[in-house]
Amino acid sequence: MEPVPIIELANVHKRFGQQVVLDGVNLRLNRGETAVVIGESGMGKSVLLKHIVGLLSPDSGEIYYDGIRVDTLPRNQLMRLREHFGYLFQLSALFDSMTAGENVAFPIRQQKNSKNLDIDKIVSEKLRLVGLDGIQSKMPSEMSGGQKKRVALARAIALEPSVILYDEPTTGLDPVRADVINELILRLQKSINVTSIVVTHDMASAYKVADRILMLHGGKFIFDGTCEELKSCSIERVRRFIEGRASEEDMLSIEEA
Amino acid sequence: MLGLETIGRRTVETLDTFGQFWRFVGGTLWWIPQTALRRKDWGLLMPQFYIIGVRSVPVMIITGLFVGLVIAAQAVEQLRAAGLEDRMGILVNLSVVKELGPVLAGVMLAGRVGGALTAELGTMKVTDQLDALRVMGTDPIRHLVVPRVVACILLAPILTLYCDIMGAWGGQFVAITLEDIPAEPYLYYMADAVENWDLFAGLIKSVVFGAAIGIISCYKGFHCRAGAEGVGRACTSAFVTSFIVILVTDFYLLRMMQDMYDTIWGFKAII
Repeated sequence: MEPVPIIELANVHKRFGQQVVLDGVNLRLNRGETAVVIGESGMGKSVLLKHIVGLLSPDSGEIYYDGIRVDTLPRNQLMRLREHFGYLFQLSALFDSMTAGENVAFPIRQQKNSKNLDIDKIVSEKLRLVGLDGIQSKMPSEMSGGQKKRVALARAIALEPSVILYDEPTTGLDPVRADVINELILRLQKSINVTSIVVTHDMASAYKVADRILMLHGGKFIFDGTCEELKSCSIERVRRFIEGRASEEDMLSIEEA
Repeated sequence: MLGLETIGRRTVETLDTFGQFWRFVGGTLWWIPQTALRRKDWGLLMPQFYIIGVRSVPVMIITGLFVGLVIAAQAVEQLRAAGLEDRMGILVNLSVVKELGPVLAGVMLAGRVGGALTAELGTMKVTDQLDALRVMGTDPIRHLVVPRVVACILLAPILTLYCDIMGAWGGQFVAITLEDIPAEPYLYYMADAVENWDLFAGLIKSVVFGAAIGIISCYKGFHCRAGAEGVGRACTSAFVTSFIVILVTDFYLLRMMQDMYDTIWGFKAII
């Protein structure tokens, strides 16, 4: 019997006003798998992630987490289900008014049985995993972009989630810092056998962390395969994206301007 | 046809905003009793009490003091010409306690605190911090809105009292110290005219203004558009909307309080 996918999207549609963002998206992701979603800016990659965790509702279609339908789940159950997810936001989304340690401790403190936990020890452990133990008392405004991303990652894994969603984890970082984040994604994959979906433009990062790569264009996945299959893919739009080559249409828009 | 389309679109947008606002109010009212019952959430109130309450005291003192000084300075010559200068305390204190105290305290609170709340929550929205809370299984209304709205509701009447006391003192300073009006009749007529009901009516108004400022400012922050411009516009809109709501509700509350007084005690002439 085929195993139940941990994440499943079936014929998901979403539009904002006249703009169709997701146009019948289908995805099945198995436990422990790392899928990288690539695509041009504004193609709905972040929107896709927000649907998986129930931050946005589809106009039609179904979304499942481990066989539980997410998009129709009542709010209080959805809140509890989200404890199975870690989410690394593009801008890190650390709480400005809290220190690094308080940020990582936040999701733990929100749990019902948090009184019995040694929160400081857990925070220290999570920060050590991202190589930042000792930074607990720093405020987000005192941290570099790379440090913020790593603290945000420590916060995302604080509750030991089954699935981590990464929204542009390496954007805005220099190549060395970006590689540190890639290594962390791989390390988490190995150490806590987490399922990951990574949204990125960064092809170096995509090749490094992906078991599977999908390209979103025009509201649909136009490619779904391994890194090797992507490198030999003959679809023109996919080739242009991975080679970073603009089309004549793109150049025309510059000339018109 | 284009005009018709625009009217239709604007109507739908207005209804949409109206529905969103009342859902937001409903969400806040739903969480307030649950926050009150959860000891863990009480800690969220203290920083808001400090920011909204303690840090607003100086501005309330200055506002109240100068309102009292100005009313007294304006009225003294006319009242003296009519031989009614010893009744000036009635005019100053009723104006301050029933109207100017609650309204000006509300306006100052909307400007000082409302704008800051909108900017803080708006920045959290545009930097995905609200979504981060939701993803971590925490309702942002419970965690962010309820403590701020509760602090506004509880502290607006206390801040209004500061305004009232300083207004009364300002009026007294002009009358007794600067204009040599005898203290005894001034204080006698003032105490005779200003009733507990007047103070109560003013404080009830301030509770409503506090709730309106808290809810409107948080709503505007939660629904601001992206970028620095979006946050800036939301702050302006929060202040203007709060200001208008204060003035409009003041009128209706005044009528309601007057009707209640007349029904219970009947009309009372004060001069």
